[in-house]
Amino acid sequence: MNDRIAFLREQSVKTKPYLTPERALLLTEFYQQNNNPTLSPAVRRAMAFRYLLEKKAIWIGEGELIVGERGPAPKATPTYPEVTCHSLEDLEILNSRPKTPFLVDEETKRLYRDIIIPFWKGKTIREKIFSEMSQEWKEAYEAGIFTEFMEQRAPGHTVLDDKIYFKGFKDFKKQIEASKRRIDDFRDPEALKKREELKAMEIVADALIMYAHRHAAKARELAEKEANPQRKAELLRIAEICSHVPENPPRDFWEALQYYWFVHLGVIIELNTWDSFNPGRLDQHLYPFYKQGLEDGTLTEEKAKELLQAFWIKFNNQPAPPKVGVTAEESATYADFCLINLGGVKKDGSDAVNELSYLILDVIDEMRLIQPSSMVQISKKTPDEFLLRALRILKTGYGQPSIFNTDAIIQEMLRQGKSLEDARCGGASGCVEAGIFGKEAYILTGYFNLPKVLEITLNNGVDPLTGKKIGLETGDPRNFTSFEELMTAFEKQVQHFVDIKIRGNNIIERIYAEYLPAPFLSLLIDDCIAKAKDYHDGGARYNTSYIQGVGIGTITDCLTALKFHVFDKKSLSMEKFLEMLAHNFEGYEEWRQRLINKTPKYGNDDDYADNILRQVFEIYYQAINGRPNLKGGTYRINLLPTTVHVYFGKKTGATPDGRKAHEPLSEGVSPVQGADRRGPTAVIKSVAKIDHLRTGGTLLNQKFTPQLLATEEGLKNLAHLIRTYFRLDGHHIQLNVVTAETLREAQRNPEKYRDLIVRVAGFSDYFVDLSQELQDEIIRRTEHQSF
Amino acid sequence: MTKGYVFDIKRYALHDGPGIRTTVFLKGCPLRCLWCHNPEGQNPGQEIMLRPGRCLEGCSRCLEVCPLTAISKIGSWPKIDSSKCDCCGLCTQVCPSEALEIIGREMTPEEVMVEVMKDFAFYQQSGGGVTFSGGEPLQQPKFLEKLLRLAKKNHLHTVVDTSGYAQFDLFVRLLPFVDLFLYDLKLIDPERHLKYTGKRNELILENLQKLVKLTDKIIIRIPIIPSVNDDKENLNLMIKFISSLGQVGGVELLPYHTLGKDKYGRLGRNYQLLDIKKPSSEEMNRIAAYFKENNLSVLIGG
Repeated sequence: MNDRIAFLREQSVKTKPYLTPERALLLTEFYQQNNNPTLSPAVRRAMAFRYLLEKKAIWIGEGELIVGERGPAPKATPTYPEVTCHSLEDLEILNSRPKTPFLVDEETKRLYRDIIIPFWKGKTIREKIFSEMSQEWKEAYEAGIFTEFMEQRAPGHTVLDDKIYFKGFKDFKKQIEASKRRIDDFRDPEALKKREELKAMEIVADALIMYAHRHAAKARELAEKEANPQRKAELLRIAEICSHVPENPPRDFWEALQYYWFVHLGVIIELNTWDSFNPGRLDQHLYPFYKQGLEDGTLTEEKAKELLQAFWIKFNNQPAPPKVGVTAEESATYADFCLINLGGVKKDGSDAVNELSYLILDVIDEMRLIQPSSMVQISKKTPDEFLLRALRILKTGYGQPSIFNTDAIIQEMLRQGKSLEDARCGGASGCVEAGIFGKEAYILTGYFNLPKVLEITLNNGVDPLTGKKIGLETGDPRNFTSFEELMTAFEKQVQHFVDIKIRGNNIIERIYAEYLPAPFLSLLIDDCIAKAKDYHDGGARYNTSYIQGVGIGTITDCLTALKFHVFDKKSLSMEKFLEMLAHNFEGYEEWRQRLINKTPKYGNDDDYADNILRQVFEIYYQAINGRPNLKGGTYRINLLPTTVHVYFGKKTGATPDGRKAHEPLSEGVSPVQGADRRGPTAVIKSVAKIDHLRTGGTLLNQKFTPQLLATEEGLKNLAHLIRTYFRLDGHHIQLNVVTAETLREAQRNPEKYRDLIVRVAGFSDYFVDLSQELQDEIIRRTEHQSF
Repeated sequence: MTKGYVFDIKRYALHDGPGIRTTVFLKGCPLRCLWCHNPEGQNPGQEIMLRPGRCLEGCSRCLEVCPLTAISKIGSWPKIDSSKCDCCGLCTQVCPSEALEIIGREMTPEEVMVEVMKDFAFYQQSGGGVTFSGGEPLQQPKFLEKLLRLAKKNHLHTVVDTSGYAQFDLFVRLLPFVDLFLYDLKLIDPERHLKYTGKRNELILENLQKLVKLTDKIIIRIPIIPSVNDDKENLNLMIKFISSLGQVGGVELLPYHTLGKDKYGRLGRNYQLLDIKKPSSEEMNRIAAYFKENNLSVLIGG
């Protein structure tokens, strides 16, 4: 990277995230002044958006090529008091928590105490949500059966398609006009609401143009004072760009990036959407500008790279907005899940990899920032070279890019009834969630703790951690005479809690639709303009709601252990099993070891366990898939945890797989930590027994010791491993190259790392079984990357 | 029915032939190479292996159950008197933590093939297949032949990893079902060979000379053991011998490693090459370059 980028990157990495009261204050001011009861929620939100963009500080930093910040400066992180208002205690926690703190200065605390908190108390969406939830919902929520995504962040979860690269906001306004003309004032009782929504969209479209013009003016002002002629010219060029986009379609590579960036800022200033918005198929969208620029000589590869790197830094400048309450204590990431997609297929189904795809991989390799995240889509048609290039970056232990199966994503989308063309232009976002870019609201509504539901089943509806009865009375398991009886009881409990969750979701969905519309996001996602309907209200072409299953490995191993010991081998009575769980295995270590070591486990390509996995999948799938949401769309499942398997673990007592109380659950669709002992092909075979195509995304994490990837041959075999997983319809694989630090951790906690295999020709052994001396040798070699 | 002793089946084997493979380790070997990293593969019959690191504190289930009182306790760890043990397996059944393991499982070729075929999709994708190793797989010739025939029936690419110490007619019999031989050479001088492996090597060298006349699908694998076989004299003899053979598929040099050391302890045996270190990558490169100078195509494996 050149000096400019090195400087900008250094600044972005070095600056500590801090909380800015700017947005909260402006918003409070706005709502204090605009309490006219005849303003529709959509128009009021649009005016609030315009107010923010009119008043907020404009930042153009030294050497910047892409301009605009969500806050007044890089890393200044705003809050969204209309959704959730931080208390003074929350601010203290943010300021002092050891991991991922946000600095909060005294002035901000004062403003919160004197102005922001007094105004918003009792008016936030979060309070509204909790006041509307039923007792049973609250009990299940507190017990850690499920989480709720929308209690402190607005539903977003959508990604942009290619529309902004050939349409300006001027064109969006024309579409709004056309939509207005189609409203049927004679017969449509929704006509007024539609008109209000379109009016709101018009306001926000103009607001973003105005916001860009404010940047143009600022750039001109800086240019006048600038002594360095080169920077002066740059600033004038920036001014010209900001006068042109987003009002008009971009004319070149630079304008395309700046246009997207304004749009991105619009989305994340309007609301704190979950999961953060992103440009999606960036190599596809930018390629025409890249090619044209190289052809007409206005762009070089080097310049394109510099602009992309400047663009990357802008993402890193925007940490995920800080949470409140328990979540504030536990969240441990600044990343906001912007997942840029590369590769895949084009609309006509042909391979989409181009020179820019490779160039962007170079950018990822050089930038090594937490944000944005990146992934490669690998289809049957993707050249091996592209996959290998991605693996060479991963091999360095950076964790990016992650690897996705385009063919699976397309089939998942088709199964959900989406068109082939839309599916081909889609991809994955957030962690792993498949969606149609630019046309779908695919809302993750919350995680669902499957092992906890078993715990409640085993206690006949009671949560043993609190003694409260929160589930159904499905019978005393000591009286069950067959495994099927247990499964039936478990199934009933799953359905019971899914019902509670969906009932709550439906209310929350309407709260956002009625009280917190998002006209700016609606402008961007088809077919909100055409339907004159808000994104939160079913305006998108596709509206999917997800409930994410967590702990699939743990629940499979738990049910397997019960079937194996209680019902098949009869080596243990249910009575004794429950007693061991109640005592958290204290005094039963021998049995706990037997459960860990001498019981079939998911992840070993063993059908005894994997058939139970299939049954659990069916139960969860049948409980959710196909149910209607209130946006005219459908409920689907996916299987991913982000980091919630740790929180859910804390909420779950000892489990029949030998896991002690409060330890983390298994993560994604990965086997229980250390339970897979037959190597990666066996893991993949087991995981592929899940029907990925009936989900909207699964997450598989696989650890690799570095010596497996040391040679080109090793990388090729890894590529084969991935390709085979994808042939078996696997959705995604995340490769983690084991570091020396992990190996040291394995030395300390061998039980959790029994799956780590050290291999050389004709020889392999479990790392944890090696003597300390040999382990130390391997750690040294790992540190020096020499195998 | 033909049955054989298998001591391990390893999936995702990447170093025993092309692509992603499953390596089946057959028990029993005529050689006793001092550096052997799979000592549990040497004896033809079953034996017991103990990983004391896995033992639970205060547990003596194995002692209680052993009918031959072959297990005693030294400090807090069990110790097995292998002269008394008949590998009945009772102790491994009661052991909760898998500290005890019977090495060597009697299997039919069909049972082995069920395991091998589990990764068929990976072989198809990567051009991999199955490798039969050991021990010395040719020590169980009927079993091996059955396995190879079955593998071929299932359209698998097959590799036999051999020390070359077997009757030559066995090679001839197996040849139609083998796509690649990994043929180990350690030392050329028969006396030194005897010293480090327990056997002279005339048979090994002769077999290789004959085999090359029948097929060129042979990769010669040379473990590089510092101070045992990395001297100029041996390397020169190696190069001379290999050059005289005619067409082979290449030479692979395998750097010695000490990772197998722990296994000796687990089997109640002593490791005799304690003072030898793994050769450095510079050293390996230097040896590889020497082979190349002499017009041999050589790779460093491992």
